[in-house]
Amino acid sequence: MMIKLTGGKVYDPANHVNGEVRDIYVRDGRIIAADPDARVDKEYDVRGKVVMAGGIDPHTHIGGGKVTIARMLLPEDHEKDEVARTELTRSGTGHALPSTMITGYRYAEMGYTAAFEPAMLPANARQAHMEMGDTPLLDKGAFVMLGSDDFLLRSMAEKKDFEFIKDYIAWTMHASQAIAMKVVNPGGISAFKFNQRKLDLDEKHVHYGVTPRDIILTLTRGLLELGVAHPLHVHGCNLGIPGNVETTLATIRATEGLPLHLTHIQFHSYATEGDRRFSSGAVQIADLLKKYPNISIDVGQVMFGATCTASGDSMRQYNGAKNADPKRWVVMDIECDAGCGVVPFRYRDKSFVHALQWAIGLETFLLCEDPWRIFLTTDHPNGAPFYTYPHLIRLLMDRDFRRETMLHVNPEALKYSTLPNLDREYSMYEIAVLTRAGPARSLGLKDLGHVGPGARADITVYTEDGNRERMFEKPAMVFKNGELVVRDGKVIKVVNGATHVARPEYNRDIEKSLKNYFDRYHTVRMENFRLADEEIIDGGRGEIIVQPTRARTSS
Amino acid sequence: MTAQAEGDHLGEPTGTQTYTNVTCPFCGLLCDDLQITRTGSTLEVSNGCPRAAAGFQRPLPPAKPLVRGSEVSFEEAVQAAAALVRGASLPLYGGMAGDVGLARAVLSIADRTGGVVDHALSEGQYRNLRVVQTSGWIMSTLTETRNRADLIIIVGSDVHKLHGRFFDRIVTNEHTMFEEIGGKRTVVFIGEGLDTSAATGPRVEEVITLPVSKDRIPEVLAAISGLVRGHALQVPEGAAEAAPKRSGILATLLSGGKSGGSSSAVPEIAGVKFADIERVAEKCKNAQYGVMVWSPPALSMPQADLSVHMMTEIVRELNLTTRFAGLALGGNEGAPSAASTCTWQTGFPLRVSFASGAPEYDSYRYNISRMLTDGEGDMLLWVASIGTDIGLPQTSLPTVVLGTPGLRLAQPPTVYIPVGTPGIDHIGQMIRCDNVVSLPMQNLGRSQLPSSADVLAAIEAAL
Repeated sequence: MMIKLTGGKVYDPANHVNGEVRDIYVRDGRIIAADPDARVDKEYDVRGKVVMAGGIDPHTHIGGGKVTIARMLLPEDHEKDEVARTELTRSGTGHALPSTMITGYRYAEMGYTAAFEPAMLPANARQAHMEMGDTPLLDKGAFVMLGSDDFLLRSMAEKKDFEFIKDYIAWTMHASQAIAMKVVNPGGISAFKFNQRKLDLDEKHVHYGVTPRDIILTLTRGLLELGVAHPLHVHGCNLGIPGNVETTLATIRATEGLPLHLTHIQFHSYATEGDRRFSSGAVQIADLLKKYPNISIDVGQVMFGATCTASGDSMRQYNGAKNADPKRWVVMDIECDAGCGVVPFRYRDKSFVHALQWAIGLETFLLCEDPWRIFLTTDHPNGAPFYTYPHLIRLLMDRDFRRETMLHVNPEALKYSTLPNLDREYSMYEIAVLTRAGPARSLGLKDLGHVGPGARADITVYTEDGNRERMFEKPAMVFKNGELVVRDGKVIKVVNGATHVARPEYNRDIEKSLKNYFDRYHTVRMENFRLADEEIIDGGRGEIIVQPTRARTSS
Repeated sequence: MTAQAEGDHLGEPTGTQTYTNVTCPFCGLLCDDLQITRTGSTLEVSNGCPRAAAGFQRPLPPAKPLVRGSEVSFEEAVQAAAALVRGASLPLYGGMAGDVGLARAVLSIADRTGGVVDHALSEGQYRNLRVVQTSGWIMSTLTETRNRADLIIIVGSDVHKLHGRFFDRIVTNEHTMFEEIGGKRTVVFIGEGLDTSAATGPRVEEVITLPVSKDRIPEVLAAISGLVRGHALQVPEGAAEAAPKRSGILATLLSGGKSGGSSSAVPEIAGVKFADIERVAEKCKNAQYGVMVWSPPALSMPQADLSVHMMTEIVRELNLTTRFAGLALGGNEGAPSAASTCTWQTGFPLRVSFASGAPEYDSYRYNISRMLTDGEGDMLLWVASIGTDIGLPQTSLPTVVLGTPGLRLAQPPTVYIPVGTPGIDHIGQMIRCDNVVSLPMQNLGRSQLPSSADVLAAIEAAL
């Protein structure tokens, strides 16, 4: 089956194509080199339209225990957004914590074809993958969390050989079927179980004596030497605390040039100027990032409205629970492995603090000059639900719209941010970097995020519209593996996506130590902790794609 | 995961095979360290609790698909079931005792046919869910408790009877990661007639029992709650029998003194010595990691959710100064698998109606047990693929039962289709009582019975 998309304006930064008119040929689900002589089975006239690869969300909480806890906690969140079934699609519910099928449909209807769950606990990996398995139309993958698990902390405290720790990191990625690794409040989730209420970058864990800095560097070096494409994905210390910009700056410096990804950096960019002792630290962060070219970020943009925060950071979420709206929240200590905290929240445009959070996010986008190192996220659902992306894109691309929106937010807040002085407007090409090419490169997805020959034919076609929000919320066409799945912003065909994993090499001897550890302390057998391929493939409903890793090295 | 294969063929199971790391589906703990030997279709458990042994070793009676009591082929039974479903305007999908695969299949057909979904053991589960949906909570999990707890308070639940290996695996375990915290434990039982015999051994430093009848447990909890908040309680002396049965702690406290013609001179609350309650409250405040444990189905007192709420509020208060968490057990018959799957697919934890086309949630209205009592719905499809006790409720509606052979049935169903058990007859995944961990279920090759999910898919395909 040969498909041709004729005459679209193509934005494909991975292949340096910037709005040029190109024809795209697709055969058997993949994009092939232009072949004017080929017999075309189906031609789509996309002249005048904008063509990009399918969108990739590199940080969105779409699967796993804490999302389902949040869904359970807030039935009223869904009650205004119930979705009826159709001949093609299942029923479900939306809003901040959409059900799995609705998540898949709505991402696809927004032109996205891949989404990555960034906080999968090893102990909850099976459920996270089951939920992602029920999320249609998207390719997906997950970042597995280490850093507050007792096995790593014990190993570090005992000063185990670094190769041993690397084997454990790699084993965990295999066992949980992950594509990358995240650390959340390094050591802090564990410290909270010992009744420590804060853990700064150089503060010692009361039991293990290790510091967040030690943990970040251990995991960063480990992943680098294991050849995993995506660097350590860091949710740093002190989330949400005024003054935490200093912690974030120190974390950046701590890398000494090693690659790192700082996630939802907006929540970690708070300074302490002004009467309210709360101000933007975005300028300091952006300035320092210029000197650290191996560090990438995503923003975690806040948008106004009701949402729910769901995080592995039990320590900080417990602290933030006093602001829960409605007053109802869940905190869990989990399996000597991790934790979670689920706190509903409402961001208000007239609130000084919330307006400043909103401004800091936008400031971060506008100050960071290299679009390849910044990804467009709201940390769904923590900053806002993912459906707000088209609105966010308009705020980035349209200075006048941004200025008009600023008129409606708390004016005091804007005095503590440089946002009102920033004139930058993102180009279409840059948006394609932020939402496609950049995440694909960072995650090591070799055949996603571009529309050059060899790519999987995940393609989104937008109708040009000066109102960028309208343009990006309702694509004219979305192709998944070459099949037309969305037309005029509505799902017309439902297919299942694949699960992307990375499998760095490791020495199987690690299982001897792990087996002993599981048998002595755990309530699950090591053999059952591991998630088998068949559980994801599930009789053909799912598919696993192993993305390449570099050869393992030793320092 | 399997070893020592000796003649495993398709068709009738033959030979002897030993399976290791087997997950047990017969209670919410999902112990996954069982070793089971199969000889033909007979299973022998080497290391399970009595409940596991009874479940795995139960001889499977022969069972054939039945329509109105007559043996039919599988296809005929599926067609008959499909006809009943097709003819219903509000089909009820109950029981739901099975794995995640079953929950997915029930949700699929219920969505398609505009039905209602609920689990047979939702009532117990809702004692927790009502608390989650009104105030949230702070919770622990099995491994965390096993390694970390220095104080375990068991409330109103005969845990040893309900979950035979809980003490062995979580309380009196040989190894713990944090000897200096979880090395020695105090175990407190709040309730009457609870089997405390398993709270023994070198890990258990002290056992305290506060004997109180189930319906007066809230009074003891309220006293603990007041004490951990630092309130000065005025406590009457003795004469528990004089207090009106449902008056509760407030009446007792507000009376400000003797609550009747008492004989005893010792201050008491709900018949429990106040000094003992104070000791437990002190233990709570001094714990480094305390865990409040309950099994929701055991809390059969009226408005049990309010007792759960009281426990979780005690936990919340204690976290202001130390660490404390709840641990809910229960979760038998795949209830957490059904609730979690329903939540991720619809946003709501069961008791959902698809009649309007979209999921509509009402935990009172779409309680299938209530609907049957009140004559709502016009067809019941009941799935019980694990234990034999999840029998069909009394109803005059036409019924389709997908059940494990030997399932207790108070009345003959219109259509009966025998199904396998996850973890014995087919593979699958189930979610543990702490709602975090899920486990793989092995196929032990006991029978060729189809999974309930496959049968439901066949019925859906035949609609």
